[in-house]
Amino acid sequence: MKNKICSLEKFQSLLKDGMRIMVGGFAGCGVPEILIGAIVASKVKDLTIISNDSTHPGEGVAELIAAGQVKKLIASHIGMNPQTAEKMFAKELAVELVPRGSLAERIRAKGAGLGGVLTQTGLGTEVEAGKEIIKIEGESWLLELPLGADLAIIRGSLVDLAGNIVYYGTTSNFNQVMATAADLVVAAAETIVEVGQIEPKDVMTPGIFVDYIVGGEPHER
Amino acid sequence: MSVKEQIAGSAAAEIKGQIANSAAEVKEQIANSAAEVKEQIAKRVAAEIADGAVVNLGIGLPELVANYISKDKEVWFQSENGIIGVGGAATEEEADKNVINAGARHVTVRPGGCFFDSAASFGIIRGGHVDVTVLGVLQVDAEGSFASHKIPGRRVPGMGGAMDLVSGVKKVILATTHTKKDAKTIVNQLSLPATGIKKANLIVTELAVIRVTEDGLVLEEVAEGHTPEEVQALTEPRLILGQRLKANRG
Repeated sequence: MKNKICSLEKFQSLLKDGMRIMVGGFAGCGVPEILIGAIVASKVKDLTIISNDSTHPGEGVAELIAAGQVKKLIASHIGMNPQTAEKMFAKELAVELVPRGSLAERIRAKGAGLGGVLTQTGLGTEVEAGKEIIKIEGESWLLELPLGADLAIIRGSLVDLAGNIVYYGTTSNFNQVMATAADLVVAAAETIVEVGQIEPKDVMTPGIFVDYIVGGEPHER
Repeated sequence: MSVKEQIAGSAAAEIKGQIANSAAEVKEQIANSAAEVKEQIAKRVAAEIADGAVVNLGIGLPELVANYISKDKEVWFQSENGIIGVGGAATEEEADKNVINAGARHVTVRPGGCFFDSAASFGIIRGGHVDVTVLGVLQVDAEGSFASHKIPGRRVPGMGGAMDLVSGVKKVILATTHTKKDAKTIVNQLSLPATGIKKANLIVTELAVIRVTEDGLVLEEVAEGHTPEEVQALTEPRLILGQRLKANRG
């Protein structure tokens, strides 16, 4: 079996300026904090970050924004971190706001090999600008296109050496879908176990989606 | 410094102190009454929620609705990040770092509740499996179109899940104060970017309950101590008097 365990140094060697990176988590819960820390330390820049939100100051994506490493943020909500809006108004950061359900579904479409998703979310609002509207049996639908990334960093509560993941509580959030939609997927693990210690029926992200596992994600945060 | 000056100085300081104290008191009173108004709105919204309903509460004022659901009703609260069966705010001992609601608060999950990922969560929302959503709002018009996600150039929190909620949830209740810093909430035309087009079904404020219908806004209830005329004066579109209020007028 391929050894997927990866050091933070090895993880840093995968990073490049201008990368598109998906970051799992929701409002600070289930964010791969050790990988965020490694990206900050690597000083890569001009990143496009895809994340549900920019969390609170001092954690997660907020740290990448504070360090000036993000060129563009694609997210559904930026209200918990005042610095995101400040940098946006100062034109230091481009922000594309996407309805939360459409964000999840665009990522899912990429991972599931779909050419797009038809939704009524955002019809008649600024969200439809520049997008195709398709009529089916008299009803209007908005075409939302797939969204992928070069790298997805996710957080697993329990990860076996094959990369199978269990997420505790509400930490599956965007982690589960992001694991399917990037060229390279790195999981920060709170606990790493031997293959066979997670029952097949309990696996939430199949190990085939995970390229690398980094241990040491703290349990307390 | 002369004695006179000293007396004048200390008197001035004392008066200043008194003014500062009373300003703080007024501030506190305003804050208290703002909190009371929110509780009053939340209480009235809670009465709209039926036994057995699956309900999504927005962040802020709508969250308070959970506190007023009568004990004889079984209500399932959904949270966008991926919960059905939110119990309530977790105490410090109960708080689990892995379990939050969409507003980043630690919550408990009631027996029978469950977790799922955010894509599944929005499938539940868009797919029509949530009965009621309660949302805060900046402006709403007579057709039920509303704005809640940004004030261009000033405050841009983003839409979060609001646009998905109103596209799929069966009943949309807007819970809001009737005015915001003297500006009317219920307007003829939105001046802010729309979050939902013709999506609101009911508007609940501290002064009134207003139903959005094909014919326009129907004033169903007026809070105790207020009159329909007062409500109309604080509402831009013309209100249609509901059956019950008409009957009361004889």
